[in-house]
Amino acid sequence: MLLLAIESSCDETAAAVVRDGRTVLSSVVASQIAVHAEYGGVVPEIASRRHLEAVVPVVEQALHQAGVWFSDLGGVAATQGPGLAGALLVGLSTAKALAFANRLPLVGINHIEGHLFASFLERPVEFPFLALVVSGGHSHLYRVDGFGRYRTLGQTIDDAAGEAFDKVAKLLGFSYPGGALIDRLAVDGDPAAVKFPRPLLHDGSCNFSFSGLKTAVLTHLQKFPLSGPDDPRLPDLCASFQAAVCDVLVAKTSAALMGSGCNRLVVAGGVACNSALRREMGCLADERGIELHIPTPALCADNAAMLAVPADYYLEHGMESGLGLDALAVWPLDSITAHLAAR
Amino acid sequence: MTVLEVVTGSAMETGSLGQRVGSLLGPGDFVALTGDLGTGKTEFAKGVAVGMGVDAAIPITSPTFTLLNIYQGRIPLYHFDLYRLAGEGDILELGFEEYFYGNGASLVEWAERLQGEMPGERLTITFSHGENGSRHLLFEPHGKRYEELMRELFPHNRKKCFDPLQDSC
Repeated sequence: MLLLAIESSCDETAAAVVRDGRTVLSSVVASQIAVHAEYGGVVPEIASRRHLEAVVPVVEQALHQAGVWFSDLGGVAATQGPGLAGALLVGLSTAKALAFANRLPLVGINHIEGHLFASFLERPVEFPFLALVVSGGHSHLYRVDGFGRYRTLGQTIDDAAGEAFDKVAKLLGFSYPGGALIDRLAVDGDPAAVKFPRPLLHDGSCNFSFSGLKTAVLTHLQKFPLSGPDDPRLPDLCASFQAAVCDVLVAKTSAALMGSGCNRLVVAGGVACNSALRREMGCLADERGIELHIPTPALCADNAAMLAVPADYYLEHGMESGLGLDALAVWPLDSITAHLAAR
Repeated sequence: MTVLEVVTGSAMETGSLGQRVGSLLGPGDFVALTGDLGTGKTEFAKGVAVGMGVDAAIPITSPTFTLLNIYQGRIPLYHFDLYRLAGEGDILELGFEEYFYGNGASLVEWAERLQGEMPGERLTITFSHGENGSRHLLFEPHGKRYEELMRELFPHNRKKCFDPLQDSC
């Protein structure tokens, strides 16, 4: 089935055309195209109005790049939640209008569910698998038994991993969001230079906590202030902080693998772009002899193509949402099974 | 206006102070939390959620990325974090006023980003670092409702210094 998918749950306005939930014909993310020229220098981000300005050009661009038109499509998918209601409604209303006008089936997808399946666009993964979703807003471990069958094994009790990266970057004097810069500087640093805490490492749960780590970096900087943006200790600080985050993520993932008995692991979300995390997860997979799937960076970050994987499954199995669907600001992945049954 | 400063010695103390504030909040109440990264705003917010009767099994996580997390307690708790917003324009476009004057209580981290959109009547709490890991919380009530809330919160206070767990020094 040829699907058009639209994503607008947070900062990015995105659209994609995907065949059979496998082959990406186009995947357009607003900040990457020339929308800003057309709309007076605005880079689409948080505000709903910016989604509104971007959504039509982004959809047109996705169709154009894929070389298809509405009449070629078999269905439309959009992010239904979780996220800001105002932002979600832009993508959802556009999808509804397109589905109605073109008499296409419509399906609403959970944003995190999209991340779980992003790697399927490169290589399908057999069920069951363990998934670590790490981004600006999420640090969750799920057991995935099939489409629509998810169980949360652990999650952050305060800050998400991506948020910790961005906030520590800010403490180090980088502009927000600076998480990616930490990764780049850490390459030349010593991860053992500063001993930052590994929160909740041995608490026996699969939960994460990153707020205290942020405070530990702050306390360190108060004791040993940076001399400026060229302080020679920056690479060491970046490497040491990054090592603390990676250690916790790897240890908890390892515990969850053991507890769930899964021998396949998916790592997804924006933080899965981090080179140290990719490397450490690779080592974990080798040690444990398990199959590891981490999507390419473009598919780790928010995008619309990932939504098409579960959407294709649902539509092929007759699970349409109908035009009455509403945005769900709060929508835990565990509740999806019940949500599907009500469809 | 009675301005009061409370010094807390641990994250737990910051949390229990939040819990007491949470137990007193009603529909339409607005609490602005300001102060630097790592000064205890999110810890305080966790306490507020407990005080408002949010199920303890639900983790109160940072809304930095999502901007808003909604919890169901006695009344809804709208937990905002405006850290990522640039300024007033963004706020207007997001339609947050609907929440500020709605059926729940709003707890807003980085509320200074609201600028002119900040409700005139509110409780502002400014967080800062003190000696030896302590935190200073400056309570500023704006409007009658919040003057009253302060009297309920600190019934025995006659000084500008508190032990938050025992109401007085």
